[in-house]
Amino acid sequence: MNPLKTFLTRGFALLAASLALAGCERPPMETTQIGYRGTGMEQVTNPRLLAAEADKHVAPPAQPPVPSDGPKASQVYQNVKVLGDLSVGEFTRLMVAMTAWVSPEQGCNYCHNPQNLADDSVYTKVVARRMIEMTQHINGNWKTHVANTGVTCFTCHRGKPVPEEVWFVPPLDRQAPRMAGSRAGQNAPAPAAGLSSLPYDPFTPYLLREDNIRVAGPAALPDGHVASIQSTEATYALMMHMSEGLGVNCTFCHNSRAFSSWQESTPQRVTAWHGIRMARDLNTEYLEPLTSTFPANRLGPTGDVAKINCATCHQGANKPLKGAAMLQAHPELAGLVQATAMPAAPAAAETAAETPADAASR
Amino acid sequence: MAVEYQNLFTRVQVAAPSYPGVSLGQGNKEREGPPVHVHLFGKLGDAQLGPIYLGWFGLASLICGFIAIEIIGLNMWASVGWSPIEFLRQLPWLALEPPPPKYGLGIPPLNEGGWWLMAGFFLTAAILLWWVRMYRRARALGMGTHVAWAFAAAIWLYLVLGFIRPLLMGSWSEAVPFGIFPHLDWTAAFSIRYGNLFYNPFHMLSIAFLYGSALLFAMHGATILAVSRFGGEREIEQIVDRGTASERAALFWRWTMGFNATMESIHRWAWWFAVLCPLTGGIGILLTGTVVDNWYLWAVKHGVAPMYPMVVPPVADPALLQGVTQ
Repeated sequence: MNPLKTFLTRGFALLAASLALAGCERPPMETTQIGYRGTGMEQVTNPRLLAAEADKHVAPPAQPPVPSDGPKASQVYQNVKVLGDLSVGEFTRLMVAMTAWVSPEQGCNYCHNPQNLADDSVYTKVVARRMIEMTQHINGNWKTHVANTGVTCFTCHRGKPVPEEVWFVPPLDRQAPRMAGSRAGQNAPAPAAGLSSLPYDPFTPYLLREDNIRVAGPAALPDGHVASIQSTEATYALMMHMSEGLGVNCTFCHNSRAFSSWQESTPQRVTAWHGIRMARDLNTEYLEPLTSTFPANRLGPTGDVAKINCATCHQGANKPLKGAAMLQAHPELAGLVQATAMPAAPAAAETAAETPADAASR
Repeated sequence: MAVEYQNLFTRVQVAAPSYPGVSLGQGNKEREGPPVHVHLFGKLGDAQLGPIYLGWFGLASLICGFIAIEIIGLNMWASVGWSPIEFLRQLPWLALEPPPPKYGLGIPPLNEGGWWLMAGFFLTAAILLWWVRMYRRARALGMGTHVAWAFAAAIWLYLVLGFIRPLLMGSWSEAVPFGIFPHLDWTAAFSIRYGNLFYNPFHMLSIAFLYGSALLFAMHGATILAVSRFGGEREIEQIVDRGTASERAALFWRWTMGFNATMESIHRWAWWFAVLCPLTGGIGILLTGTVVDNWYLWAVKHGVAPMYPMVVPPVADPALLQGVTQ
């Protein structure tokens, strides 16, 4: 073969190979064994990519503590509907912290009318009050998911008035009511499902409605269990979201050969199970009722409110902020008001979640 | 010298007059089109292109196939709002989806699986007509019908996936969508829904025949190429002029692994391995959901799937602890 021909052939082969690999991550990868040998129980991470996004998962320093004695906020300020039993110092400290967490550029006036701080005329103040209640609800009633690490405003907001990772119901498929070309809710590059062609809205059925996530047959032989291929694809899409949102492989929660088997699952699957129910609870009890509070430009294409999924808090880390316990510096957000409803066993949290204990504070 | 016989492509091409083929005799249409010679084709196979026998079955098959591809393609194009650029960009993601489960085996509206049923009908008609044509062409040449029956094995798997199993399950929604990524998603979802298809023994057999086919193909292809310097690929000479290529090929395997196939039996091996791959695979698909609902649990029940020690504390289904669903 003449040298030019060889060169061209090799060049073409190299080009074809690099095109074929264009969608892949550049190695080296790191593989950690997390289960019995030979069963494929391992987590694959890319240290280069993790290092690049490390800054994303750093918690900001806490505000210096202040004394809890002195007059209460509710005695000094007007229109204090939550956190009224904090001292004025503690109350102000939280306001300062919230500004840093949520609206560092916009400042106090993002929520407050500067002429009258007690005024509820700015919608963001009404939303913020409800979000404080939601934070207390999470920390008090969803310990099955957030444990004692808990969450603060920063867990989701990260210095942005609207958290980066929220979801809306996608706009209606324009072709669906026509004669041809319906996508059937899938078959488009789906950002929610790792750009696969799986159903592009895995959130409405599972994080808003209570559709059945469990699709695998519960017995060896058919026994009346019904789950279609389509609903399996929707479950698959939700799992893709969880995997991407937490930066983990399937095997973080599941074993490698029978996804449905609980007895072979890791403890993280139980945490995730509660997390799905927590997101559903927050979306239906806290966010959807706020729909009319938001101005139209904050709503989604179908006029729905921004909602929570796994990535809202996790943002690519299996523990948000790598497990930083920001809540310890802000016990007022820990949901102490729910003392009456605190379940004895973690498994009983579901029932406690049915009765938002923050009702007592309203 | 050695390099000559290790190349991917045919290095030497003989330019010869076109060969029109034997006359088909009374009652048969003659083959169509003047033959042309393409040097590039000669690198892969025979340089002569055409004439081709189309016939009524071939024509009907092509028309049905064209209709099926049109229905699928135009639906895909419609799904991106008739944008040619988006059609090309999103093509691997696009699909024509079977009807949703609520329609069972009924006739759904056009845009909810009706087009899928039509495309499936025409594609199936095209494939079956092509099979008939293949069978008849083999007969017309006085050949055996081995090619047609090997094709039938593939058709069996196709029909199980898109027709027979959905019928038994009572829902068209169980069938495969027409689309590149979507049919792969279907495959993954199918395995997840029915408890991991790798524990399906017929799936195991199918994989064994698939890999076996590749192995046999590599062994046979390599053996013949390796003796092509002695004329091993020239079958006529092998029959009349013994003692070189064929014997060497056989002796090579006898001496390396004790046993060797013959010039005829190696093709029988290859045919059966290739045919059994979709045959067993089709049986495996047919049993899934109809006879077995969860292959992993089936494998546990029958001692196929071993239990491994857990290295983390065991957990229990939280839904059972609380008596709630999901």
